[in-house]
Amino acid sequence: MTAPSSELDSHLAVDRGPDTLLTEVVSKSPMRLAVARFRKDKLSMVSLVVVVLFFLLAISAPILVAADLIDPLKNDTDLLDEYGLPLGSFGGISGDHWLGVEPGGGRDALARLWYGTTFSLSIAIAATIIAMFIGVVAGIVSGAAGGWVDAIIGRAIDLTLAFPQTLMLLALSAVGLAFVEEILGVPRGNPAAAVYVVGVLGLFGWTAVARIVRGQVLSLREREFVQASQMIGASRFRIYFREILPNLWAPILVTFTLMMPAFVSAEAALSFLGVGISAPTPTLGNILTDALRYADSAFLYFFFPALLIAIIVVSFNLLGDGLRDALDPKGHR
Amino acid sequence: MAESDQTVTEGTAAEEVPTVDEVLSQAHAASELDPDAPAVLTVSNLRMYFPVRSTGIIRRKVGDIQAVDGISLALPKGGSVGLVGESGCGKSTAGRAITRLYQPTAGSIEFEGRDLATISNRELKPLRREVQMIFQDPYSSLNPRHTVGSIVAAPLRIHNVVPKNQTLKRVQELLEVVGLNPEHYNRYPNEFSGGQRQRIGIARALALQPKVIVADEPVSALDVSIQAQVINLLQDLQREFDIAFLFIAHDLAVVRHFCPEIAVMYLGKIVEIGDRDSIYNNAHHPYTQALLSAVPDVKQAITGGRRERIQLTGDVPSPIDPPSGCRFRTRCPIAQEICSRHEPPLLQIGRRHKVACHFPGRLGEHPHAPLTAGLLGVDAEGRPDPGASPSSDLVEQPGYADTWFDLDKKSIGRA
Repeated sequence: MTAPSSELDSHLAVDRGPDTLLTEVVSKSPMRLAVARFRKDKLSMVSLVVVVLFFLLAISAPILVAADLIDPLKNDTDLLDEYGLPLGSFGGISGDHWLGVEPGGGRDALARLWYGTTFSLSIAIAATIIAMFIGVVAGIVSGAAGGWVDAIIGRAIDLTLAFPQTLMLLALSAVGLAFVEEILGVPRGNPAAAVYVVGVLGLFGWTAVARIVRGQVLSLREREFVQASQMIGASRFRIYFREILPNLWAPILVTFTLMMPAFVSAEAALSFLGVGISAPTPTLGNILTDALRYADSAFLYFFFPALLIAIIVVSFNLLGDGLRDALDPKGHR
Repeated sequence: MAESDQTVTEGTAAEEVPTVDEVLSQAHAASELDPDAPAVLTVSNLRMYFPVRSTGIIRRKVGDIQAVDGISLALPKGGSVGLVGESGCGKSTAGRAITRLYQPTAGSIEFEGRDLATISNRELKPLRREVQMIFQDPYSSLNPRHTVGSIVAAPLRIHNVVPKNQTLKRVQELLEVVGLNPEHYNRYPNEFSGGQRQRIGIARALALQPKVIVADEPVSALDVSIQAQVINLLQDLQREFDIAFLFIAHDLAVVRHFCPEIAVMYLGKIVEIGDRDSIYNNAHHPYTQALLSAVPDVKQAITGGRRERIQLTGDVPSPIDPPSGCRFRTRCPIAQEICSRHEPPLLQIGRRHKVACHFPGRLGEHPHAPLTAGLLGVDAEGRPDPGASPSSDLVEQPGYADTWFDLDKKSIGRA
């Protein structure tokens, strides 16, 4: 196929001019504008640094444990007095144990917190990914298909929200754990508990995502590019996940960062209630539960995990808020 | 860009901005009608109703928005038909029903022996290669998250038109055909101007080498000088690839230039259809006359002449509950009793000219007695006339017959 006539040649000549001609009229992409807005916000930048730091800590912990540089499991009763409390001031803080030692077992508090962060964040991320996956798929299908599909998914969301989750979680934990162990073949004990917690958090957490995504899709599906892809014969699947989905990354990213801290604290709450990973494997939740017994006698052992959870929750939330402000310039603060 | 620089240098302020007429006159010649071209797409009695439902749990259907209510037209091979009308008259809906973005309520769309209106989605997919669409808004018709290359390649991939390793080559060819730099395939739409984006949309429509393109106001979102370039491009492509265009627009000057045949729509119906000369110089329907009188005419402004401006009063009636009889009667300056009783048939009054009016005539020369009364078998007020015999062949047909109703002789004429 060749250019039909000299008219086209003149168009080509214009458009093929020096490249500067085009770059002059290039507008900044929404992405670059969002990054610029985000960078201007100091609080968001600080929270981003903190969040990245936590991820680095979480990734480094298993490596350090494998390299024997930290050991969250080694008991050392020599560091405890006859009541099981740490020797020395401030919960046994020393050059070897920067955050003191655990009362009762004499394990290194820093090592346990560090390693526990890995488990807590892994559980939260896994649960968030499951919830996001279900929520995004349900939201896109619900918003784009409309009609009775939308009605059914909408009622499913209502039903899930109306469910007394925590009660069910506790009441069904025996059945649920048995299911995970027998049917899914996950080894007994902590692995099964982790799968159960992740599954339950994910299966109950998707509703918020689904609603947000559905709302966005309702406006996106009226854009002409959706009709254009229908016009070229694109399948439903392609329209949903190749055309609409890439336009949803902003709300998805924001929801992700806001959902993560909720699941970190949810994991802690579940551990406190006795569902979930139990000692000696540390998580922020079970460390905190354990520390509660020593809250008056070894306050620092209780204080550090509580502080850590608080920092994680606050920094993730601030990051999520900052992202939302940066990605949605029309939103008001 | 080149054309727009040649603005009129002196004169009043009105002349400094080039009008579409001027820009177009500096560009390609207007498209000419090929009277012998066979119809490639034939639309018969197409209806597109959208249900209106009540609020509440049981969403009972309470009515229909009669967006398109029985239009018929034939699209000649390699030719173009313009569809004009004011906002909300159903012209875009008609385009979307013809391309099956909507499932038509009734009627048929015949293309190569098959009826697009009733075909299943599975059977429709291969036919998507033949009938394509260019969209109105170049800012929302391109997915902002896809590169130009992947936008233009999408139809090629979906229909397996070219082998995978040649997709990029074909995309670059297409970009070149529409006058874009082929090296820009990995850029995102936001890096392009409105006119360039519209070219990308055209390249996407061309990718499947369609026989028919429905252009839904392809230039109304663009600057006047850019409009001319895009129109020129469409004309070049039409000649090169022999594509038939259904050109939907509200800009009468653009349509006049691009389309040798024009259909005027009002409230879901075609009120007048004919070749360029019949519509622009010889309009017989009062609505077409009002529409044409609203077009600004710079040449006339220069000479100081002042045209009679027909001002329609009132609003377009609701398409949920359109007026009885003729739909235009509520705003028509010459409406009479019969207009509320009977819907005027789309009567052929010239070789390539049809009009749906009981009193068809040139501006100021409308007849006083309804010409259609005899054909409908009613008297001048529209009451049933026992003595008259209604004509049987008033059913709306796409295309033109060899015989027509001669207004001067008031009888059936012949070519």
